[in-house]
Amino acid sequence: MPGTYLPSDYLPILVFLMVATAFGMGALLIGSILRLRRPYPEKLMPYESGNPPVGEPRQRFSVKFYIIAMLFVVFDVETVFLYPWAVVFDKIGLYAFIEMIIFIVILLVGYVYAWRKEAFKWD
Amino acid sequence: MYIDLMLNIGMILLKIAVVIGVALLHVAYATYWERKVIGHMQVRLGPIEVGPHGLLQPIADGVKLFFKEDIIPANADKPLFYIAPVIFFVSTMTALSVLPFFEGFVIADINIGLLFLFAMSSLGAYGIIISGWSSNSKYAFLGGLRSASQVISYEIAMGMSLVGVMIMAGSLNLSDIVKAQQQYPTGMFAVPQFLGFFIFTVSALAETNRLPFDLPEAESELVAGYFTEYSGFRFALFFLGEYTGMLVMSSISAICFLGGWTVPQFITGWFPFLLQLPAWFWVLVFLAKVYAFMFFYYWVRATLPRYRYDQLMSIGWKMLIPLALLNIVVTAMVKILL
Repeated sequence: MPGTYLPSDYLPILVFLMVATAFGMGALLIGSILRLRRPYPEKLMPYESGNPPVGEPRQRFSVKFYIIAMLFVVFDVETVFLYPWAVVFDKIGLYAFIEMIIFIVILLVGYVYAWRKEAFKWD
Repeated sequence: MYIDLMLNIGMILLKIAVVIGVALLHVAYATYWERKVIGHMQVRLGPIEVGPHGLLQPIADGVKLFFKEDIIPANADKPLFYIAPVIFFVSTMTALSVLPFFEGFVIADINIGLLFLFAMSSLGAYGIIISGWSSNSKYAFLGGLRSASQVISYEIAMGMSLVGVMIMAGSLNLSDIVKAQQQYPTGMFAVPQFLGFFIFTVSALAETNRLPFDLPEAESELVAGYFTEYSGFRFALFFLGEYTGMLVMSSISAICFLGGWTVPQFITGWFPFLLQLPAWFWVLVFLAKVYAFMFFYYWVRATLPRYRYDQLMSIGWKMLIPLALLNIVVTAMVKILL
């Protein structure tokens, strides 16, 4: 019947997620009853080798991290496109191969462009 | 119907209890084993004080961490600070639910097992970056940034290195991948997919923030990286997550490249009695492969110095990704020709 599909294969994963969360949270909660707690201001300072912290902790950081994040999205989506192709590769054969070569070549053009623009250079 | 469902869930809970129990015990003794191995490689003894040969050291460490004071920095972003270790721990633990430990023993036998593993390892990056951000400390912030960008960079190479395995196996289900390796005379994808295996191994080291790619927690520059501000059991959750991550990576390697719980056919050809052995033997085969890979982690840690950050990025982007693409094209070409 349409609309009655239950992803029952995934039930164990849901249960596992709940058990793992309960374990993590539970251990922290039980621990909070048992462990001692004696805070004082010096202890609650962010760690900077014993000195009082200098300046803001969240400073400006290299723009390179943004570029890496953007490139990651492009390449990771591409990898995800490769997965179904790889799984059915046996059944489709030469046609799938040529199609995917075209796909990879288009991607390679972008990759070479990013390389020439020094997106991977880190200094 | 409800009774069926209850029985079903009871069975699942039992399996999960076994897997989590084994995983936690594994983590405890993996740390002990690591300290022993590295100790002996550096001509030291490693832990020897607590119990015979220091065998109770992991238990003592666990008890200590459990009762330690939980210090939460005054400037921390409290809700995020609380939740980050749990996200990290839960996502690495949940990855265990799709791993087949031997024939038929897998908690969730889903048909996209490998994809699920990648999803879970990406979720772990959230735990890292949230902890780095919420600690409100310079070391944690830089460590979190570095770690997140390292994990996502190497995830591409790792994802691509496994496409060759998928082409050869024609499935994303981990049990099917193990069975597909039986069709090949060598019995392991590590031989025809040697390039993929190499890429996977290097990126597994980087994904788990292990030496020589442990820049996120390079102690000489960043103290402890993204978990600098964590103490007590919150720190323990990160620790458990990292070592479980190593177990998951070693298991993926054993399943996708080393034939999982099976042995190559020529070996069973020489010793036919092996096929008569019960399930425990195949569990041992699987564990032997996993622990061989774990030993490799320790060995690398004792041998190699740390890379610089620019070297790390160029290895990932300029070397491993083109190699992985080459591996995909060559594998597909060979598959077409044969």
